[in-house]
Amino acid sequence: MSDTDTSFLKSRPAVWAGVALMAAALVVLPFALATVGTAWVRVTNLAILFVLLSLGLNIVVGFAGLLDLGYIAFYGVGAYAYALLASPHFGLHLPFWIILPIGAMLACVFGILLGAPTLKLRGDYLAIVTLGFGEIVRIFLNNLSQPVNITNGPQGISLIDPFRLGSFSFRDNQTFLGLTASGPIKYYYLLLVVLIAVVIVNIRLQDSRIGRAWVAIREDEVAAQAMGINTRNVKLLAFAMGASFGGIAGGIFAAIQGFISPESFVLVQSIMILSMVVLGGMGNIFGVILGAVLLSFVPEILRYTVQPVQTTLFGRVLIDPEVIRMLLFGLALVLMMRYRPAGLWPSKTRRREFAPRNGREGR
Amino acid sequence: MDIFLQQIINGLTLGSVYAIVALGYTMVYGIVQLINFAHGEVVMVGAMVALWVITALAGSGTTLPPLVIVLIGTLCAIPACMAVGYAMERIAYRPLRNAPRLAPLITAIGISIILQHLAMLIWSRNPLAFPQIISNPVFHLGGATISGVQIAIISLSLLMMAALTLLVYRTKLGVAMRATSENPEIAGLMGIDVNRVISITFVIGAALAAVAGVMVGTYYGIAHYTMGALLGMKAFSAAVLGGIGNLAGAMLGGMLLGVVEALGTGYIGNLTDLCHVSWISSDLAERCAVDGHVILFGSNYQDVFAFVVLILVLVFRPSGLLGERVSDRA
Repeated sequence: MSDTDTSFLKSRPAVWAGVALMAAALVVLPFALATVGTAWVRVTNLAILFVLLSLGLNIVVGFAGLLDLGYIAFYGVGAYAYALLASPHFGLHLPFWIILPIGAMLACVFGILLGAPTLKLRGDYLAIVTLGFGEIVRIFLNNLSQPVNITNGPQGISLIDPFRLGSFSFRDNQTFLGLTASGPIKYYYLLLVVLIAVVIVNIRLQDSRIGRAWVAIREDEVAAQAMGINTRNVKLLAFAMGASFGGIAGGIFAAIQGFISPESFVLVQSIMILSMVVLGGMGNIFGVILGAVLLSFVPEILRYTVQPVQTTLFGRVLIDPEVIRMLLFGLALVLMMRYRPAGLWPSKTRRREFAPRNGREGR
Repeated sequence: MDIFLQQIINGLTLGSVYAIVALGYTMVYGIVQLINFAHGEVVMVGAMVALWVITALAGSGTTLPPLVIVLIGTLCAIPACMAVGYAMERIAYRPLRNAPRLAPLITAIGISIILQHLAMLIWSRNPLAFPQIISNPVFHLGGATISGVQIAIISLSLLMMAALTLLVYRTKLGVAMRATSENPEIAGLMGIDVNRVISITFVIGAALAAVAGVMVGTYYGIAHYTMGALLGMKAFSAAVLGGIGNLAGAMLGGMLLGVVEALGTGYIGNLTDLCHVSWISSDLAERCAVDGHVILFGSNYQDVFAFVVLILVLVFRPSGLLGERVSDRA
């Protein structure tokens, strides 16, 4: 039943050896990166956040086949929930293990709010409505500083608390057994744990009754309905789940950055996450992770290669790496849809679905 | 009353632009059932090219009258946008015509990003001032004012809508377009070159978008590489409001959305002024006594109206005001 290609899991000892190797690599990674520069650990943390977001969006777009272009709004809701409840802005300093579930719940409610009226719409309408919803949330974040200052407007919220467990703070440096772990390194391990949990949840979801219902709806909604699936509820569930993953990621983002503003939750970010899902392979968990990791590191690699290359060639930076990154994103979307619509690492069903058909769609 | 009339005039001006852009969405949708997400970017390209040409001409010290310069700018923008529209269809959408709906939509987003950032590379990342070379006389109309540019925008769009209606309902090409929209296979059997008709539809839409771009540019006096995205979304909302795939619907929807937005922006501050209900708390009454107004939602929520209209229409009447097509799922 699995959507993921699992043939490589056939030989047991090889699998365990591989898993052990990867686990070891993931454990050592931040210290290796820290020798190059703590900045790279931060980049890795952001990459993991993007993996989390992509996995959340993958539930909506990949599993259930509902194109959501306002996904970043849920990330924003989670981030603002954390920022408002753990910063001097309102003088509240709740612990993170209370706020994260609140943020997830809040994002979930927003997901249902968005989903309930729109889910009966056809796919492309849904895309536009979700896009509009994302914009509305951003406009509200930008303007809810009047007449009562809730979001502090475009200035954003600063001095957000880091994660704390008793006296253990994730922000400070700490020396343990002769190893010094900086704040980002500690967050890295936290993110890794969250990531592993989310991946396991995703894999379990995919093969569950709900997961199969999502895929069925994606493939053919009428047939799915005929099979006794309550399509509305199941689609709502996809929206709600995707949204709550976004909310959790948002909360962690706020804690790591210590500062958030509406600027971080713009349409481009939604599109970036969508690009990650599309590039990796909609519907395939490991494909999505691959896509997210690739696209998160591309801008950093560009920053370190494009600028020096341009300065040596032309004596100055002609094209901003940021622009090149966006052009690459756009190009990736266009080329992937044209030549490899199922993604770099496609799921089996999805590949079949994207094979060209005869006749016209959707009449 | 004066404010009301003024907002209606402003709304109709903006609405004409929305209508022209919405026509591009609706024509393409009517023929290939595709939301050309990148259509807003074509408007931006039109504004940018026109701005480029007008600035160059105005700065070259020519003796041409200003109106002619703007006209030349528009005439340069139109073929540029037509080329963009054609290339878009040819490169991005045609190969995906038989793919699932999700595919061309994602491609469209990609095209939109590419066009935006290319425009940013060519023109700048900062907003550019549209040269204000034509004199803009202001006329008084029963307590409100209407400017020459506003009159020009409204009448020019009405003219273009009339021309487009004639084209679609009175020419051979129009028959071919309507036939293709009914059923492309049968249209092909009847000797219609379906690919050509689809290309032409994109190109006509792009030409309209170019004119819309010049209109927005001269109206607001500014052009920016991101101006197309929001405008495009609003125009799409207008097309949905009128009933997507329906020409008259797009025109009506555009005008209506413009008026709704203008009236909403004009009145929302007053309507949501909490001082009307200052009796609910003494704190509020105090603030009202000091500031005069405690406005819950001000005119900075202008951009929300289009989306709210869009969502309401899709929920309560997905086929739009004039649309006959029932919204089915892909």
